[in-house]
Amino acid sequence: MTKKETTRRRILKGAAAAGAVAAFSPGLFSIVRAQGAPIKIGFPVPLTGPFGAEANDQVRAAQIAIKDFNDAGGFNGQKAELLVRDDKLNPGEAATRTLELIEKDKVNFIVGSLSAAVQLSINNVAKERGVIFNSISQSDAINEVKDWSKFTFHEALNPHMTAGAVARYAFPKFGKRVVFLTADYAYGHEMVRGFQTASKAFGIETLADLRHPIGASDYSAFLPRIQALAPDVLCLCNFGRDQVISITQATEFGLKNKTKLVAPVLLYTARQAGGDVFEGVVGGTSYYWRLEDTVASAKAFNDKFRAANGGAVPSDYGALGYAGVRSVLEAVKAAKSVETEKVIAAMRALKYDWYKGAQYYRGCDHQSVQSTIIVESKHKDQKDKNDVFSIVSIEQPDEKNLRTCAELGHKS
Amino acid sequence: MLGGVTLDLFALQIVTGIALGSVYALLAIGLSLIFGMLNVVNFAHGAFFMVGAYVGFFLFGLTGNFWISLVITPLAVGCIGLVVERVLVRPLYGRGIDYPLLLTFGLSFVFVETIRILFGLTGFRLPPPPELRGAVNIGIGYFPLYRLFLIAFTAAIVIGLWYFIERTKYGIIIRSGARDPEIVRVLGIDISRVWLLVFGLGTGIAGLSGVLAAPLQGLTPEMGIPVLAEAFVVTVVGGMGSLMGAVIAGLLVGIVVAMTSLFAPDMAKVSIFVLMALVLLVRPRGLLGREGALG
Repeated sequence: MTKKETTRRRILKGAAAAGAVAAFSPGLFSIVRAQGAPIKIGFPVPLTGPFGAEANDQVRAAQIAIKDFNDAGGFNGQKAELLVRDDKLNPGEAATRTLELIEKDKVNFIVGSLSAAVQLSINNVAKERGVIFNSISQSDAINEVKDWSKFTFHEALNPHMTAGAVARYAFPKFGKRVVFLTADYAYGHEMVRGFQTASKAFGIETLADLRHPIGASDYSAFLPRIQALAPDVLCLCNFGRDQVISITQATEFGLKNKTKLVAPVLLYTARQAGGDVFEGVVGGTSYYWRLEDTVASAKAFNDKFRAANGGAVPSDYGALGYAGVRSVLEAVKAAKSVETEKVIAAMRALKYDWYKGAQYYRGCDHQSVQSTIIVESKHKDQKDKNDVFSIVSIEQPDEKNLRTCAELGHKS
Repeated sequence: MLGGVTLDLFALQIVTGIALGSVYALLAIGLSLIFGMLNVVNFAHGAFFMVGAYVGFFLFGLTGNFWISLVITPLAVGCIGLVVERVLVRPLYGRGIDYPLLLTFGLSFVFVETIRILFGLTGFRLPPPPELRGAVNIGIGYFPLYRLFLIAFTAAIVIGLWYFIERTKYGIIIRSGARDPEIVRVLGIDISRVWLLVFGLGTGIAGLSGVLAAPLQGLTPEMGIPVLAEAFVVTVVGGMGSLMGAVIAGLLVGIVVAMTSLFAPDMAKVSIFVLMALVLLVRPRGLLGREGALG
């Protein structure tokens, strides 16, 4: 027997033993493989396209969570790494990128996305491959049993929560006669449904639900009719640029004189793009940087973001990027493992406050139970260009503001 | 009346449609001019529109005056158009319709990326001039002053263009150049310079549409994308290459969109394509399209 052969046999034996161990406990094998290698988090977001501003902010904030983790020594000497991919706001593209991240780049976790349809597509791939996906975009469907899996976590609010919070704030104050101007796609419809469900207690009267095509450049054709109906509240169930244009044109038509404009989701970036026409518009959001006046974790997060980004403040979706990545990494520390099952258990047990106050994932659907912030857009008395909203109300985290587990189809 | 629609609301909706149609018409005129004279299908038209909005916004930032932006922007965007024609489009003449089409398609991405780099991804708002803010009662209800201005201004531009092309010496050269460039060249006129100016004029009008639309819809690097599709539909309905067709079709599309929004809001976007299909069934070359315009 030559020396070479001995070595070969040894290797074969060793490999067989490792294989046997691996066969009995797949998790153990992945730990052996990953020792010293970075913890990889795949981050598919729509860097190009109409939500590019929000997506780039998500990346900037997520990098802060990565840096925090690494500066604190990582986990067992393993540092974290963010693999950013452009999903181009396209479900097909997102599925391909996610599959690549899992198969080729061997990521441990997926966090990301910004759009209901895209996150469902990513979720589908992730759950098939048994990889944890923490979604940082709004959706109602992702909590429902047909799309959900134990690998699915939802860090963002969902339309039911934001629309509900805005309805509970707006109706007692502004009146009961409502017109909806709704972007004609799943997310728009979900917002209307959330708004109407929460409004049942107030007995609102829906005068019209006008569905406009998504991505239109002019909404003027809807406005004379809304003017004629003279509602107390015009509820803008649209998002991003659609919202900026429709609010600009509603203001132009003088609608604000008699009608209060409310939006289930009012984004910091949309307000920045729209400028003074947003004055007086009330809406819901997951985060606004001025929360730092009262919440310590918001102050800490903002300071880190400002230091890394030349004094800029994080947007709402940006903050979700931070929270989404941090939740996963903290769960790794708590689980003392990167093994999927153990991290799932650790995430389910998290009681956390990363940037906006207390949060936790609900057991049945892994929805993050959290506060909803109601803001009113201001124009006068701005301290600086970032000072665009007043926080008028905060709805504290409460499972009764979510759809029940039974409603979503989960067995209790 | 139908579903609570009063006569006043109906009339107001028509006016809204005309205002909407004015923007469509202006966009389609530029597109049609370039196609009619140069046989170039300008896929960068939406991008020129977007660049116009940003140039206008930039000038407004410097001067604080909307009217200065309104005058200088079309000239500036027209100049960009001149450079594009001279450097990029000209080498492709005579190679068929697809070469310049692909070129301008690619160019539109370059413009969008450039604006993203220069101005960032978050949009902006260009306020209308103070004297045109608010709404006035036009007898049938309140209507935004700025949109009334838009209707009047577009009418003035259209009449000016019509006069230039139909009644001046330059107009005769342009029209004959479109019909028979060889003869024009034989007559001792530098036809390539005519094409250069026509391209500049077309893109300048696109830039003008952009700065006019900015107070209505705000600015984003992607604002030219939906607009391009609408402009093409209007151009096709009016007849490729026909200026008068572009104006009539623009107003028609505006009114159809407004009326559909009133009675079947969720069909508003589809309605313009239905209109296009109907027109093309009856008149395959569009309302005023000339024979052989598509080669």
